[in-house]
Amino acid sequence: MARSVTNNRKIINTVAAWCCGLLIFFPILWTVITSFKTEAQAISNPPVFLFFDWTLDNYSVVMERSNYARFLMNSIFIAGGSTLLGILIGVPAAWSMAFVPSNKTKDILLWMLSTKMLPAVGVLYPIYLIFIKLGLLDSRVGLMIVLMLINLPIIIWMLYTYFKEIPVDILEAARMDGASLKSEILYVLTPMALPGIASTMLLNFILAWNEAFWTLNLTAAKAAPLTAFIASYSSPEGLFYAKLSAASTMAIAPILILGWFSQKQLVRGLTFGAVK
Amino acid sequence: MGSITLRQVTKSFGDVDVILPIDLQVDDGEFVVFVGPSGCGKSTLLRLIAGLEDVTSGTIEINGKDATNIPPAKRGLAMVFQSYALYPHMTVRKNIAFPLKMAKLGKAEINRKVTDAAEVLNLTDYLDRRPGQLSGGQRQRVAIGRSIVREPDAFLFDEPLSNLDAALRGNMRLEIAELHQTLATTMVYVTHDQVEAMTMADKIVVLQAGVIEQVGSPLELYREPANIFVAGFIGSPAMNLIEGEHATNRDAKTIGIRPEHFNISLESGEWRGKVGVSEHLGSDTFLRVDVQGVGMLTVRADGDFPARHGDEVWLTPDPERIHRFDDAGLRINS
Repeated sequence: MARSVTNNRKIINTVAAWCCGLLIFFPILWTVITSFKTEAQAISNPPVFLFFDWTLDNYSVVMERSNYARFLMNSIFIAGGSTLLGILIGVPAAWSMAFVPSNKTKDILLWMLSTKMLPAVGVLYPIYLIFIKLGLLDSRVGLMIVLMLINLPIIIWMLYTYFKEIPVDILEAARMDGASLKSEILYVLTPMALPGIASTMLLNFILAWNEAFWTLNLTAAKAAPLTAFIASYSSPEGLFYAKLSAASTMAIAPILILGWFSQKQLVRGLTFGAVK
Repeated sequence: MGSITLRQVTKSFGDVDVILPIDLQVDDGEFVVFVGPSGCGKSTLLRLIAGLEDVTSGTIEINGKDATNIPPAKRGLAMVFQSYALYPHMTVRKNIAFPLKMAKLGKAEINRKVTDAAEVLNLTDYLDRRPGQLSGGQRQRVAIGRSIVREPDAFLFDEPLSNLDAALRGNMRLEIAELHQTLATTMVYVTHDQVEAMTMADKIVVLQAGVIEQVGSPLELYREPANIFVAGFIGSPAMNLIEGEHATNRDAKTIGIRPEHFNISLESGEWRGKVGVSEHLGSDTFLRVDVQGVGMLTVRADGDFPARHGDEVWLTPDPERIHRFDDAGLRINS
């Protein structure tokens, strides 16, 4: 029987949902608002909310002081590269786990996920040393590889869930039709799993874009992405809230816009397989 | 060319033996049907021939050449799946063209073959649709089209009609039989429906629990079932199997009489019984008759036979058509 929803209940639910949404969004909203204040207003007590002299000074100062375009390009390169690399490795891996599983497949999947439970700082030292040895410190390629590796379990898990939904009959039909393994993956599996692959890529891109531990620790000037750009305005004295906010706003704007336009895809990606 | 030979083929999944050593010869141009109850291994056997499963032991020869370790793509066989297994993201045209594209044929040739196949299968108007926009019967035809364009040595059908409704199934059965006549290519067909097996096959292979129970033409299996299993499985409604006094009198453990091999009368006969449920099909009437000392029997009577629930009838089995089976359930030939 369908549950009857009274009007009152609907109103309460709506208000509660808006409150939750605003609560989650508030830090971002506050950052954006602060970015238009003067430094004095930014630290004033009580804080001013909307009624202050809106200014774009912070943005011009930030643009003057740092090379935003370079940080942005680094972010795009690192997030995009790690995503592409991850998909390239993830698709065949997920294919084999979904369609030719062995009795150890479940264990391997869990083991891969368990690496995500390790605190990143625990492996900072060995990775740092490896990077020095390989000359990868402060290089975009090095960062791309590290971010790909830390997100690979999620990529494989997501793709694996998507692939599991594809009837194996269709892949077998392709085999009977004379398709090689490469053609089978390229012409049959990938197009059918495209929505899943797209949302996996999107999520991974966002994760890589926002990743701040490795990007801050393994870069200096050359390969520094937007996370480092934000960090460069965070001074221990805490005197530059407005400029820090302006930098943050500029760093998150591209990914917010991307997320806004692809929210349908993202929601589908995150809930896929939950409901048949 | 399209002969398939299985020699001592077995298949196990872990500790479970699905196919016990099987020897089988499928001749060029033959229509062979694998039939048996669910779980008897018939689909597995077909998948072994296709190469979608690896044999545990034994060899599979196609056209006289050992194909045991050849991948499915290279065996020169085409398969039609129960689920149709069409490529949902491709149009009908692309679905049918896919095997040709994999075989790296030229565009013009692909086009010509796809058009021809579509014409044969009445799909010309649907070439630009996607599988999701087709009915079950049309999808099945696309699946068949996809398999015929590459002119395989043999076709493998895995219960291709079980997802269709009864009327459509009858039509498709005729279409496939027709196709076999036209192409004269070897076909191996798996079904659990013995009507499909009887009507389409040149040769029926009856399987049970991974073992071949009998191989023969439909009428051979009907007339001379090798054992009780085949006797009960082939024929619809199923053969009446009777144990006890009447069997011992005929020097057998079990005797079998088909519903159509009784003479039924309201006045006199060998066995007297009471009519239970009767099914009127129009042309025939199938009566359930409870005969004392024998049990419940199914009997075919004329469509006009005037019998109602509770009526008394007399049954006389046709002595020429009583099948006798020994203690092991094997046929006793008189």
